[in-house]
Amino acid sequence: MVRLITHNLLACHVKGCTSNNFPLAFKDVQIELREAEMNPDFLRGFLPKIDWNALVGAARELGDTSLPAETPEMIDEEFLQTLHHVLLEIHVEEGTMTCPNCAHVYPISNGIPNMLLAEHEIG
Amino acid sequence: MIPTPDISHLKKSDYEHVYEPAEDTFLLLDALEQDMEQLREIQPLVCLEIGSGSGCVSAFITKILGPSSTLFLCTDINRFAADATRATGKQNKVPLEPVLASLASPLSSRLRRAVDILLFNPPYVPTIPDEADDAQTGAGIQGSWAGGNGGMQITDTFLQTVERLLSTKGRFYLVAVKDNDIPGIRARMLGDYGLKSEITLHRRAGREHLFVLMFHR
Repeated sequence: MVRLITHNLLACHVKGCTSNNFPLAFKDVQIELREAEMNPDFLRGFLPKIDWNALVGAARELGDTSLPAETPEMIDEEFLQTLHHVLLEIHVEEGTMTCPNCAHVYPISNGIPNMLLAEHEIG
Repeated sequence: MIPTPDISHLKKSDYEHVYEPAEDTFLLLDALEQDMEQLREIQPLVCLEIGSGSGCVSAFITKILGPSSTLFLCTDINRFAADATRATGKQNKVPLEPVLASLASPLSSRLRRAVDILLFNPPYVPTIPDEADDAQTGAGIQGSWAGGNGGMQITDTFLQTVERLLSTKGRFYLVAVKDNDIPGIRARMLGDYGLKSEITLHRRAGREHLFVLMFHR
């Protein structure tokens, strides 16, 4: 279940790769949409933790262009619905995520991102 | 009373690769249930379990907090454990997010002071240091218990990152055994990072004297 909420929290952690190492770029993805219970309080609380540009970019990579380019000043029901769908209902089941800095590729298989590194890559 | 998560989908063959919930797991569940009200009160947005294994503990806390109020992230180095965590989420209809990773490595830069509930039932059994290193590299079931020197080799590495991860109202629950030198752990966390702690529960189970410690700011 790599949902965009999780993708928004994952950075490349290869030894020495400490800048421009986020967000990881999706490639060759297979997506599933699954409904989830919406919780407006959670979304409002989580909003300040989101890197907005990263979220909008990742959603576009997955073919979803429903989010505004910037966080709206007025957080209304319609916006929360859209945010809920993008953050929590799009599941990347297969594919890869590539670091924009060092080009390390992290595979996603069976919905699980493989963020493990080889011994020589660990900082 | 919170029901123990349904793990009937995990078979004997799964437990050849993944740690089967045992006394230490159940002690952590009891400790979380005991603190149920306080855990709900802090309205956690992010819960992170390190070494989630079967996914039993994260599925349990999801039942305490509700499936939509919190993001439940689970890391493990063991591919079979990440799969088991995913399956346990499905079986219990709770949204667990397994990430194949060592400790919190790929999440730590984005989750700075953002984790409200941090859970770790570490490999705490004292072994020779090489055995713990090999177990972590092998990423198999040995990694769930082989703790190296004083049983603290893996825990000590993680303890260095706890202060950076924990939110202002955050709580970190750690399982430990007497051999791990519990007063020493608590003194180091207070002295090095200013984190206070309490022993929330302890129990004897066979040869092991198990503890659950809770750290906070």
